[in-house]
Amino acid sequence: MSAVTDAVRTTAPGNPVAQSIRDSLVVAKRNLIRMVRIPEVVIFGLIQPIMFVVLFSYVFGGSMNIGGSTDALVYREFLMAGIFAQTVTFATAGAGAGIAEDMHKGLIDRFRSLPMARGAVLTGRTLADLVQTALTLLVLAVVALLVGWRTHSSVGEVLGAFALLLLSGYAFTWIGAVIGLSVRTPEAATSGGLVWLFPVTFVSNAFVDSGNMTPWLRHIADWNPFSATVQACRGLFGNPGVSTSGAWPMQHPVWASLIYSVLIIAFFRTLAVRKYRSAAA
Amino acid sequence: MPGAIHAEGLVKTFGDVRALDGVDLDVPEGTVLGLLGPNGAGKTTTVRCLTTLLRPDSGKAVVAGLDVLEQPDAVRRSIGLSGQFAAVDEYLTGRENLRMVGQLYQMPAKAAKVRADELLEQFHLADAADRTAKTYSGGMRRRLDLAAALVVSPPVMFMDEPTTGLDPRNRQQLWGVIKQLVSGGTTLLLTTQYLEEADHLAHDIAVVDHGRVIAQGTSDQLKARTGGERVEVVVHDREHIRAARALLDKYSLRGPGAGDTTVEDHMRKITTPVSGGAKLLAEIIRELDSRGIEIDDIGLRRPTLDDVFLSLTGHVAEIKDEDDGAARDTAGHGHRHGKEAVK
Repeated sequence: MSAVTDAVRTTAPGNPVAQSIRDSLVVAKRNLIRMVRIPEVVIFGLIQPIMFVVLFSYVFGGSMNIGGSTDALVYREFLMAGIFAQTVTFATAGAGAGIAEDMHKGLIDRFRSLPMARGAVLTGRTLADLVQTALTLLVLAVVALLVGWRTHSSVGEVLGAFALLLLSGYAFTWIGAVIGLSVRTPEAATSGGLVWLFPVTFVSNAFVDSGNMTPWLRHIADWNPFSATVQACRGLFGNPGVSTSGAWPMQHPVWASLIYSVLIIAFFRTLAVRKYRSAAA
Repeated sequence: MPGAIHAEGLVKTFGDVRALDGVDLDVPEGTVLGLLGPNGAGKTTTVRCLTTLLRPDSGKAVVAGLDVLEQPDAVRRSIGLSGQFAAVDEYLTGRENLRMVGQLYQMPAKAAKVRADELLEQFHLADAADRTAKTYSGGMRRRLDLAAALVVSPPVMFMDEPTTGLDPRNRQQLWGVIKQLVSGGTTLLLTTQYLEEADHLAHDIAVVDHGRVIAQGTSDQLKARTGGERVEVVVHDREHIRAARALLDKYSLRGPGAGDTTVEDHMRKITTPVSGGAKLLAEIIRELDSRGIEIDDIGLRRPTLDDVFLSLTGHVAEIKDEDDGAARDTAGHGHRHGKEAVK
């Protein structure tokens, strides 16, 4: 069976880490091409947070009490960290739906029959989503500046906040990957990927001062991983309404956000890769 | 020496359903095995186990000399799989799809590019190479899918119902492609619901039902098992069916595997297994004539794989196409879509 062994030898893998990176980039490129060819997805992904900015700013602004002020402009500055953080978490649904669609169409079977790195299909997808998230944040920041949002800190701190947001969004896409691999249809992944985000983003300090919540709800909000990212960004932007809560994540929000993101990636990536290995459409 | 594909006692259960109930297979290098069976028989599950997509509960499998359970990655480097769906990214062009698959087979980017161009040419997709697969017809997508499975010219190929859902013209065309491929020495395991397809493409045929291989051999061997020839008579007058049947029954072969006399009322056709060839045929014609039974057609024919399937399983293999072709046979046990044999 010499033909067989020859074929095996000529395509034998090199360094597994290098292979993993290469495969992930090949898959990421594929997903980025799709984004360019289906711009609707990116555009709707942009419209939603812009709508949130406009609606929250003009409907809630003026009736919200942030650190003793009900000035609409104060609320607008307070709000933006929350909207940014919410936007990056919504990338979850896109990742989930994309992976569920690949399963549905038999593409995951094809990938799984190829001698490629096991996690590369998922890593490639999450990396492509990260690019989309970065793009969305950029446009959203411009819109925010137009409606009056300003930062009051150094360029380094502002960039640090965006880096934290991207990391947090990347972590959330791994949750989406697990959802996408767990459901039967892309439609289920879309709705299933969004439903749980509402409590996570609303029971938090994103849109209201969590100091005004009932104590038990406030505890949840203070320890919510999502709140840590919001609090960290608010602080780094120099925006008003930074929580004075004594909870550890509120006192050390940058660290808390980093730790939460790393833990989420470690746990959900492991789970997702395991699910991928036994995936059946 | 075991064949390029070798399986022993593969068992896979999904909950209460025993999808594979001890599948044994052996495909010598350079030959084509047709896995023939109705929906739910276990064909797709067998392919999924052999291509590392699914881990069997027990049993062993060797593909291209490599243990599927112990060395799955090495197996993946030696196989090409074309599944039940055309698994191509519809938002990528044909060329982009093939390049991506090549790179994921660990080919250098340049080699993947060259190979993609070759395949596009070979599969008559060069003109459509830079259009997204979304714009392709069903037959074109199938060809692209097959091309993707052939990127590294794997020594062993698996095709799961490659022509399901294709119109006759595209089916013929794909058969041509498959024949060409096999003449190059590739070992192929192909599943199909179409007896004609297995007859046409496969050296050996394994008939699968309820998760087991119930018969294996060449098309001729399987047909021989079902008895020799058959006489088919089409009477002119519906009222003569009964009399013609009584007459034919006299000549009918009895015994195991011979099959029964069958009547297809709507076609006024009576078929019975016989032995005796042309001489017997002449005698039957004389007898029919002397009884005043007018006939439209009479002939001797060798058994088809339909006859084989019927005599082996007690049900006809002809299956109506699933509405969307999506019915996977992994969990679809128990329901049969075959029409009942008309006795």
